[in-house]
Amino acid sequence: MHMADALLAPAVAATMYVASGAAAGVSINKLRKDDEPSKLPTMAVTAAVVFAGQMINYTIPGTGSSGHMCGGMMLSALLGPYAGFLSMIVVLAIQCLFFADGGLMALGANIWNMAFYGCFVGYFLIWKPIIHSKWFGEGKSAIRKRIIAASILGCVITLQLGAFSVVLETSLSGITELPLGAFMGLMQPIHLAIGLVEGLITAAVLCFVFESRPELLRDVNEVGAGTLTAKRSLKATVGILAIVALVVGGGLSLFASGNPDGLEWALFGNADGGYSTNMGLDEENFGVSSDVADKAESVQEKTSFLPDYAFPGSDSAAGTTVSGIVGSAMVAGVALLICFAGGFFRKKKQS
Amino acid sequence: MTPLFYVIIRLMNKMEKALGELGHMDELAVQDSPVHAMNAGAKLLCTVIYILTVMSFDKYDLSGLIPMLLWPVLMFQMSGISVSTCFYKLRIVLPLVMAVGLFNPIFDREIMLQIGGVGISGGVISMITLMLKGVLCLMASFLLVATTPFDNICAALRRVHFPAMLVTLLLLTYRYVGVMTEELAVMTDAYHLRAPGQKGIHVSAWGSFLGQLLLRSMDRAQELYSSMLLRGYHQHFHYAPVKPFRSRDAVYLILSLLFFTVVKFWNLSEIIGMFVTR
Repeated sequence: MHMADALLAPAVAATMYVASGAAAGVSINKLRKDDEPSKLPTMAVTAAVVFAGQMINYTIPGTGSSGHMCGGMMLSALLGPYAGFLSMIVVLAIQCLFFADGGLMALGANIWNMAFYGCFVGYFLIWKPIIHSKWFGEGKSAIRKRIIAASILGCVITLQLGAFSVVLETSLSGITELPLGAFMGLMQPIHLAIGLVEGLITAAVLCFVFESRPELLRDVNEVGAGTLTAKRSLKATVGILAIVALVVGGGLSLFASGNPDGLEWALFGNADGGYSTNMGLDEENFGVSSDVADKAESVQEKTSFLPDYAFPGSDSAAGTTVSGIVGSAMVAGVALLICFAGGFFRKKKQS
Repeated sequence: MTPLFYVIIRLMNKMEKALGELGHMDELAVQDSPVHAMNAGAKLLCTVIYILTVMSFDKYDLSGLIPMLLWPVLMFQMSGISVSTCFYKLRIVLPLVMAVGLFNPIFDREIMLQIGGVGISGGVISMITLMLKGVLCLMASFLLVATTPFDNICAALRRVHFPAMLVTLLLLTYRYVGVMTEELAVMTDAYHLRAPGQKGIHVSAWGSFLGQLLLRSMDRAQELYSSMLLRGYHQHFHYAPVKPFRSRDAVYLILSLLFFTVVKFWNLSEIIGMFVTR
């Protein structure tokens, strides 16, 4: 997600520098007030470990591919959000200067996309509320589960925000011709998978720290293992999460645009929607209405049981909602199948 | 970089490669040349303005942007560092730039240029411009780090009142990046020797592998702080004297800024082309 200088216009780069600079200023003031001089070497050494730790390849079981660690959430869990943010700035600056990973003028944007969301949004809106909640009951195992939930949710959400910012910053800079919707369609799903893996790795490391030296995790210390009484059982929490997922997955699909998607719109236009002049491509010349395409379309109509994300012959909102949920599940299933198939063929090849 | 460097780097694990790159940058930064001898602040300012100028070029202004190549090429020559040295780092810069730029020819098909009867679309021009911008910005920032020791860059940052806490943190982290990366490289090698044929770290060791290093390092940080106190640390670092700003630095700064202004506001390629073809 490290952006290069070429992807930004000077005005956008400067704005992001100001925003990140303001967040850094607040963090420095906060740390000065805390007056913990011994924290500086701890920040430096932890930042160095995170820097090196980002180079470790973690094998993802059943896929044969590997993932990497998320720094922001881990640093803010260990050092607090302000010290974590400054440590992430330093990690990003060294990556930029010595490894050309991200541009010098794009550093402000990279700090915002990767450190701000991970340290501030991830800490204040996800890590802290979950650790201090009554989720998963009481005792050590409940806290461990909260650490896992907070790490995964934190990494997924902050990475989505980061990826969205990359799209927005690049589009505002006028660098790409790719429509915003299509660009988001490329970036967000990739970072969903990356966020999930990063969340699992972060959870594994933080759980290890919790088992070995729980006093290093400040919020966990404040909560105190074994002192809480359960407000909500695990079953109830999982049930609530499932309902939230269904509402989000199904409910949001009701608001899905009736217009063609960004890529389709950009290529062929939509005269009904008033967009008659964009790419200037017409469907006939570009093969969409050719014989082969027509045959393929008729085959697709017969085989698809949810054409255009609705039950066949149904224009109802319910059809759209069900399609959204079923479609998401099918995509997840296909993704899993591809993962397992990849792993299977790799194993065969090795033997 | 010598061919031997590339051979050695292929045999290393990821962390060893990173260490090799860090060490190589340090070696380059302490060489002796007119560019190395310049004041760090002047170089930092020039680099920032150069990158901002490159970024400000219009996406179709390829001919206007090309002359910007002259400044880093000249600086590389003056510093005695081969231009090709920085191209190794393009493997990191180009993927995202290309991923974004490759869509431009698809969406922007309006013909903007005819070369020998072949029409070149605006998308192709904007894609090449974007990639060139990526290369130019990389060359400039590489040049800064390759000709200026990191301590001097930090000292220059302090002179422009960059927060002391952040500068100290930068210096300390930079010092410990090498130590931690080396430690992790040894750990990775040891792990792979015990798990031959395994691509990465197995899921059962996800937490303990980095976690152990993390715990050790946090203890080490306390020892580090104690040793800093014993050496008289009072929350301020004393920097070694940096190269002063001299008249030749002023000349370098003025000439560079003049060049950037000329290239930004006059299309040198077109002017030279018109002069040649007249």
